[in-house]
Amino acid sequence: MERRELLKMIALATGGVLIGGELLMSGCKNPPALGGATFSDQDISFLDEVAETILPRTSTPGAKDAGVGRFMTVQVNDCYTKEDQDVFHAGIRKLNDASKEMFNKDFLDATAEERTQLLGQLDKEAKEHQKKKQEKDWQIKDAKSKDPESEGAKEQPLPNHYFTQMKQLTLFGFFTSEKGSKEVLRHVAVPGKYNGALPYKKGDRAWAE
Amino acid sequence: MSDTTRVNINNRAAETNTFDAIVVGSGISGGWAAKELAEKGLRVLMLERGRPFEHITDYKTANLMKWELPHRGETTQQQRNDYPVIHRGWAANEAVMDYWANEKDNPYIEKKPFTWWRSYQMGGRSILWGRQSYRLSDLDFEANLKEGVGIDWPIRYRDIAPWYDHVEKFAGIAGSKEGISHLPDGAFLPPFPLNLVEKDVASRIKSHYKGERHLIIGRVANLTQAIPDRTGCQYRNRCWEGCPFGGYFSTQSSTLPAAMKTGNLTVRPFSIVTRVLYDKDQKRATGVEVLDAENNNTYTFNSKIVFLCASALNSAWILMNSATEIWPDGLGSSSDELGHNIMDHHYNIGASGDVDGYEDFYVEGRRPTGFYIPRFVNVGNDKREYLRGFGYQGAANRQGWSREVAEMNVGAGLKEALTEPGPWRIGATGFGEILPYHENKITLSKTVKDKWGLPVLEMDAELKENEWKMRKDIQLELKAMLEASGVKNVNTWDGGHAMGHGIHEMGTARMGRDSKTSVLNGNNQVWDALNVFVTDGACMTSSGCQNPSLTYMALTARAAHFAAAGKW
Repeated sequence: MERRELLKMIALATGGVLIGGELLMSGCKNPPALGGATFSDQDISFLDEVAETILPRTSTPGAKDAGVGRFMTVQVNDCYTKEDQDVFHAGIRKLNDASKEMFNKDFLDATAEERTQLLGQLDKEAKEHQKKKQEKDWQIKDAKSKDPESEGAKEQPLPNHYFTQMKQLTLFGFFTSEKGSKEVLRHVAVPGKYNGALPYKKGDRAWAE
Repeated sequence: MSDTTRVNINNRAAETNTFDAIVVGSGISGGWAAKELAEKGLRVLMLERGRPFEHITDYKTANLMKWELPHRGETTQQQRNDYPVIHRGWAANEAVMDYWANEKDNPYIEKKPFTWWRSYQMGGRSILWGRQSYRLSDLDFEANLKEGVGIDWPIRYRDIAPWYDHVEKFAGIAGSKEGISHLPDGAFLPPFPLNLVEKDVASRIKSHYKGERHLIIGRVANLTQAIPDRTGCQYRNRCWEGCPFGGYFSTQSSTLPAAMKTGNLTVRPFSIVTRVLYDKDQKRATGVEVLDAENNNTYTFNSKIVFLCASALNSAWILMNSATEIWPDGLGSSSDELGHNIMDHHYNIGASGDVDGYEDFYVEGRRPTGFYIPRFVNVGNDKREYLRGFGYQGAANRQGWSREVAEMNVGAGLKEALTEPGPWRIGATGFGEILPYHENKITLSKTVKDKWGLPVLEMDAELKENEWKMRKDIQLELKAMLEASGVKNVNTWDGGHAMGHGIHEMGTARMGRDSKTSVLNGNNQVWDALNVFVTDGACMTSSGCQNPSLTYMALTARAAHFAAAGKW
């Protein structure tokens, strides 16, 4: 069964709360709701808010200003493996579920402080997961180099953590964007010279390139 | 097909099919051959198997900002599928993907793992190259003889030194004069500067190793000042997209305009040379046969001289596919060395660490080179349990936004922290010499063909004990040097190495003193057909550990002058 239809059934079975209903309605015209097999406008808005929580607008533009939500979907669609795409799409729902569990509300209904608290926790969880993944990757590589036919060599690697994907894409999308490069970092297209001992004081911004 | 020998298509071909010289390939070596021969007054035809690629106008991303690229430089899954070999290393980038050869049209067989990074377009890999430019010395030219490895080079440093001068002056090599006898100084433009941290590490290495080890600025084919017809480097460090300023040496920026200026050069793209035509009575080549990559027609071009500069593996391929009625294994195969002794430089191994302090300093501008640590093992009184040696290339810089900020997870604090440069780090990778082994070889496949029905290459080459021992030392010595310089948390890494990965493939038609053990003589002439010259990496008798392109330039210029003088 298509996940979209499954969602619809779940929504009906649970009385189809209005928010979900709205999402499904719009999902009929376009790709569906949150965390579907393809990205919807809701997904992009959701990812914008995730990115904005990671890199918020301060005295300089934030991730949403730089269009990071949409950028993430382009990278996932075009550059991610199928496996990473699946992790990412499911991650949108998992992130929202984590919000419900922690605050009893959808991520988009959480306050800025709550969002920061949630993503802070997910970041820790993701870092621990990636560390385990890396260790296992090394074990598999090591086993393969010793005996490609051994049990250890045939172990499946752990998948990436969805929050690691989202954070990486946020940093990459933001700091390589026009706004991030010009208004947050320092961008000089044609330096024309090299100074290997440029005086620096705390607060001076990093170069964009 | 005899009616097609007269070429007249799309204005891009010659009016006649007879030339004084034919140059096969338009990369670093081919460009030099064309320039030198044309300047000597010879009418030259340059054949390039790939597409035309115009200076500046075809560097389509070179003035785009990274946010203007759809994926900001990352490659797509489609590109990963289309270019699996290019994705084995760092060479895959959205901006330059179509500079690399189409892997589906141009397959090859890996009997042992082999990474072959090719660029089939005008200028070859001279657009994409790393531009590091170092001379070999007699430490390299005498090594085979002294150690009883392979065969002796037929030349010594004194034979090539004036030609290094010749090519350096024209190409524009920025570098510092260091007086290191086994890494000879050259006719350099002013050097790029080391940064503050690199300078301090250099002086600590010098004092710790009592002047026997050096950290110097990389010698590189980028212009620290303008030279005739070319603008100086603009410190963008985007060289491989093609430089709109002509700030580095490429065929397009340098040798091609010089050759065109003579009025003696004709260039024909989409021209796959399938064989050298050989007259067995005269024992001379009479020209080449070309398969047009676009219309699949076959054409014949005649010349007094043929220069094969198609890259080490492809020049060997052409020879192996030629004169098979006389020598079943190809023109130049009488010694049984054609296609053998393939070498490369092994790298992708090194160390890096944290540099405390220097918080009050940063760098400005993007230098197109890093530092170089010349070979110090098996030099003078130093003796190791393996032969030859390695150099290192690396850099120090403050970290950027992709670094970990341990205490910052998400939010304004993270953003503020990443908006500033991070702590300094320093790191380098080794580049090690690979010995010539007869059994490391390429052959023509009897079964697999490319898009044009031509037999593809089978690669059968690997690193051996000498190289594996050296790799351990590359890590240990760099770790020791960095730690002796006060670098903290030094980590070593080894990304592995398949042959070819160094993009310095060479040795498949080696020079020598004896026609029984080599393919070429000391003037790069094929022993079996003296009017055929091979001056790309195929000619190398040993590999040294220095980046080899400058040596190909010098050997090509030397052979071209010899050929043009006609006293042979």
